[in-house]
Amino acid sequence: MKTELRGTSLREDDIQKGTALVTEWRGKIDFAYDAGVAIGQFLHGLKEGKLLGRKCRSCNRVMIPPRMFCELCFRRSDEWVELKDTGKVNTFSISYVNTDASRRQTPQVPAVVEIDGASPGMGIMHLLGEVGDSVEAIMKRVKIGTPVRAVWKPADQREGAITDILYFRPIG
Amino acid sequence: MQKVAVLGAGMTRFMRRSLETGRELCWEAASAALEDAGLTLADIDCVVLGSAPDAFDGVHLKGEYLLDGAGAKGKPYTRVYVGGGTGVFMVPAGWWHVASGAFRTCLVLAEEKMSSTMPHPQAAFNAIYDQFTERPLGVNLLWIFSLEMNRYMQTYGIPVETIAQVAVKNKKNAKDHPASQVAGDFTVDEIVNSEVMAYPVMRLMVSPVTDGAAAMVLANEDFAKKKGGKHVWIEGVGWNLDTSYWTNRDLAYPQYVENAAKMAFKMAGIKDPRKEIHVVEPYDPFAYKELHHLEGLQLADKGQAPRRLEEGFWDRDTTTGIPSSPSGGLLGVGNPIAAAGLMKAIEIYYQLSGKAGKRQIKRNAQRGMAQAWGDLMQVGTVMIMGV
Repeated sequence: MKTELRGTSLREDDIQKGTALVTEWRGKIDFAYDAGVAIGQFLHGLKEGKLLGRKCRSCNRVMIPPRMFCELCFRRSDEWVELKDTGKVNTFSISYVNTDASRRQTPQVPAVVEIDGASPGMGIMHLLGEVGDSVEAIMKRVKIGTPVRAVWKPADQREGAITDILYFRPIG
Repeated sequence: MQKVAVLGAGMTRFMRRSLETGRELCWEAASAALEDAGLTLADIDCVVLGSAPDAFDGVHLKGEYLLDGAGAKGKPYTRVYVGGGTGVFMVPAGWWHVASGAFRTCLVLAEEKMSSTMPHPQAAFNAIYDQFTERPLGVNLLWIFSLEMNRYMQTYGIPVETIAQVAVKNKKNAKDHPASQVAGDFTVDEIVNSEVMAYPVMRLMVSPVTDGAAAMVLANEDFAKKKGGKHVWIEGVGWNLDTSYWTNRDLAYPQYVENAAKMAFKMAGIKDPRKEIHVVEPYDPFAYKELHHLEGLQLADKGQAPRRLEEGFWDRDTTTGIPSSPSGGLLGVGNPIAAAGLMKAIEIYYQLSGKAGKRQIKRNAQRGMAQAWGDLMQVGTVMIMGV
């Protein structure tokens, strides 16, 4: 292959000093997503303090997040099932980066939580809380398989959103 | 079905921010590939383009925006997209245009300009998450990968220091790649002690934000033979997607990569990949991913790719193992998403045609494979080339 490739690399100050010109544009677009049949019902359940799953009677899976179809059997799923608000940690991470890529002083602990009452391996992503505020402390407190329970917002503050659960905390 | 040969390849430098626009990057890569193949645009029957979401550029109809630089004016033109898997998927996509008999030749082009989003493309990445059940939690892109990495490490008891060795190897290999953005000599300690992004992912275990483009010229057997010379052939292609309900999956093993690899092995008539594949470019946007993917590609048993790494099995100068990411990969050369995947496929072409220069592997390679991955950690794209 050629060892001299084309392309001109800019540095940060090329833009600041105006030696390389840029045209700025701020594209602001607002969305309101219709929650749909399955997630709409799921969000209603959260408002009532319940985690709802959906069962397929053909493969007998209880699915969360719920869907109105079974993607394995490719048929309409059959019934709503109220799950527990407990589960176990499938995996977790200790994040020092905010949603806008800025740094955090104390970490967030996102996790996949397998929900009790759903089929094995059926989890949702949420946050863990009350687990410490450093990598060392959190690694000591949380393991894969650690049992956890949802910590809900007070009933009058719930709005039918995934954030009606504040976080999951270890049990015991 | 027509046999499909690779006649040439080209790419730009990989840069954190390029002066060139996406359209100009396309032109530079396309013209370099045509020059390498000894062809002109008049020889090209169709063009296939790969690029990531429009949101990176803030330009809608991105395929159309790039069209003129891609050499597609007045030609059959297709844009394909499977997230991070797009770059290697460009090879199957170009292949089917020619293998079908519909076209003699195809220019395959991959472009990414990630620097336009300010100050960082994070906001564009966050929209991959489910808008109801995930995004309201305040997500960032690192979450999903650190969650998968932790599950992989804990399932097999893999120390973070072992995974860091992938970054050491690839950043070192990349010192010999002329496109490189983040090559260098690092120790395991430097990698492990770099800033924690989302534990267990540290800064030096993540590929960078990059601008760049890459291109490849494909032709059918008749065209290639008339052109003369010795050719590298596309022997197998495969792709596969798992469920988008990623929190319902086994995160310790990429089943979709296995499915894609097996599709490609079958097409290439490969029975024993560990003997018949001589060089590999697995997708490495994060250090653990190279190991995860080597297992999915059937080149190591589940949980065993880290052990092979410690033995030097994946080193570029191995004579008994399988060199892995001799290019330097995304961790060393850089990660202009679609262009990074195609860079990896192009590395196999260079290795098999003896054009890899200082990166040329020690063992004699008759056959190699490249693989990419992406979307919600659910797509495997694979291509196998041979001589």
